[in-house]
Amino acid sequence: MLKHALGRLGHLVLVLWAVTTLTFVMFRLMPGDPTLNFLSPSFSEETRAALLKSFGLDRPMWEQYLIYMANLLRGELGMSFLQGKSVVVLLGEALPNTVILTVVSLSCAYAFGVVAGAFLAFRRGGLVEALAIPSALATRAAPEFWLGMLLLTGFAFQAGWFPTGGALSPGKELGSFSTSLVSGDYWWHLALPALTLMLYLQGLPLLLMRATMLDVLNDEFIVMARMKGLSRWSIVIRHAARNALLPVVTAFALGLGASIGGNVVVETVFAWPGIGRLLVQAVQTADYPLAQGAFILIAAVLVLMNTVADLAYALLDPRVSFGAKR
Amino acid sequence: MLYWTRECPSVRSASRVLRFLRHEPFAVAGGAIYFVIVVVAVFADELAPYDPRAILKLGSRIARYQPISAQHWLGTNSSGRDVLSQVIWGTRSALEVGLTAAIAVVAIGTVLGLLSGYLGGWVDRVITWLADIVLGLPFLPFMLVLAALTHPGTGIVVFSVAALLWPNTARVIRAQVLSLRERAWVEAARVTGCSTTRIMFVHVLPQVLPLAALYGSVAIGWAILAEASASFLGFGDPTAISWGVMLQEAYANQALSRGAWNWFAPPGAAIMAMVLAGFLISRGSERLLFPKLADQ
Repeated sequence: MLKHALGRLGHLVLVLWAVTTLTFVMFRLMPGDPTLNFLSPSFSEETRAALLKSFGLDRPMWEQYLIYMANLLRGELGMSFLQGKSVVVLLGEALPNTVILTVVSLSCAYAFGVVAGAFLAFRRGGLVEALAIPSALATRAAPEFWLGMLLLTGFAFQAGWFPTGGALSPGKELGSFSTSLVSGDYWWHLALPALTLMLYLQGLPLLLMRATMLDVLNDEFIVMARMKGLSRWSIVIRHAARNALLPVVTAFALGLGASIGGNVVVETVFAWPGIGRLLVQAVQTADYPLAQGAFILIAAVLVLMNTVADLAYALLDPRVSFGAKR
Repeated sequence: MLYWTRECPSVRSASRVLRFLRHEPFAVAGGAIYFVIVVVAVFADELAPYDPRAILKLGSRIARYQPISAQHWLGTNSSGRDVLSQVIWGTRSALEVGLTAAIAVVAIGTVLGLLSGYLGGWVDRVITWLADIVLGLPFLPFMLVLAALTHPGTGIVVFSVAALLWPNTARVIRAQVLSLRERAWVEAARVTGCSTTRIMFVHVLPQVLPLAALYGSVAIGWAILAEASASFLGFGDPTAISWGVMLQEAYANQALSRGAWNWFAPPGAAIMAMVLAGFLISRGSERLLFPKLADQ
């Protein structure tokens, strides 16, 4: 197990290196003068000179690459064109909002999906199944931002129950993130984007839970439990569900990594100040240092969560042995 | 050789297909949706009541934000264009993007899966490693950055789908090839002196094609969703008449605060129907291709 974990960590580092290298290549392949692309004309002469030097933008490409890697390791991502702020600071401000949105919507989606999926596995056939499965598939098929537009029009613009965008009402900027977190206003703003994402995300755990439950319900230990005369619910909850949860847990970890990047459109629809919206704004305004930083952060979270999912799977499932001593 | 091919499990009798149609209402529904979309795309010129680009007039004024009426079944948008006509024409760009991207992604995934499954060794390791890197690239952000750094348009959408979504197909094809490789007919082909390339592409490939097609029907959906998201964020082809561009225009022109449901609900519903059709088909045909799963 330890050997496997170390192997996965080594793998993680390799993939991170490959992804960041690819990012470097992508951002250097763009047309135009790279110096201009990374230094805003609005910066003062001194700032430009200092940045030019610290990023080695006048050096040959391979030296730039080494400097880029060294900067990444030190957590230095450069200056955004936006008010000349540091990219790290901007990302740091946006990341908590994205994490809150993702964790809240994903947790609700999985809580709902697991219960509904287990219920559907239990009640095979009939009208419930005939309606539930196509609708679960349909929510996965709908574009997230369109779901957001429907909810926004219905509940915010027409009913007026929820705000139409942003994370705080105008004039309520309270400063630090922790103060806004305890304000009801923040959660009121979170409701619609989180609901949109939840609607979009619940289909996968639902279908997954149903499929694995059906699988598990045919297993020998369930037959055994039934023969022992245990009640139906006891079998479903205490025996089947626990075993069926494994793939769902893995999917949750994978979903966490994917959602951080996948939130892009939902954050844009609701003007939610997260990483995804920051990336879109950076890309739209040709703010390349910020776009590069946001992209690397999103990719790093994705790679990290892929590894976590893999480790969780190995840890939770005793049948996975990874060629260890038997 | 032909004898062995005829034994292949993908060739089914007609009665089995008929039974499939009766027992798989999901797949039939999916197929029906695709059929309707293809018919609408082919006859878009005849079906659309107006030119989707024409700015319609009401007397001397531009017919903006017309509600649903007998003249305009889905009303008009902020620039006086007929929404229904745009939805109808949107089927063409959806099919175009969906099919090209799906063919590209399935072709890449199938070939790489075939190579890594059949050849094994270092080829397998390199391809698995490539897949791991690709799985570490967030799809939507990758597409956005690429579009911003080069030039926006459907080409980038198709490229991104093909470049980032192949590992799913490749993994499944690889697993299937690993089992096919050990079958007697592959051994027979080897003994009779077929080259490795010939065995892979003439004997094994046809066996995995149904599985590849299954992934293709889902990939069409992902490609359309990708196109819609790219257009919505302003990185699609702005001159195209597509469902994604319609949604972007609606969002940017205050259709939401005006409650112009007739403008933004139909294109999204069309996207949903088309993506759903792919899901339904793949779910239904899974049982045809893998009868072992049928009791689930």
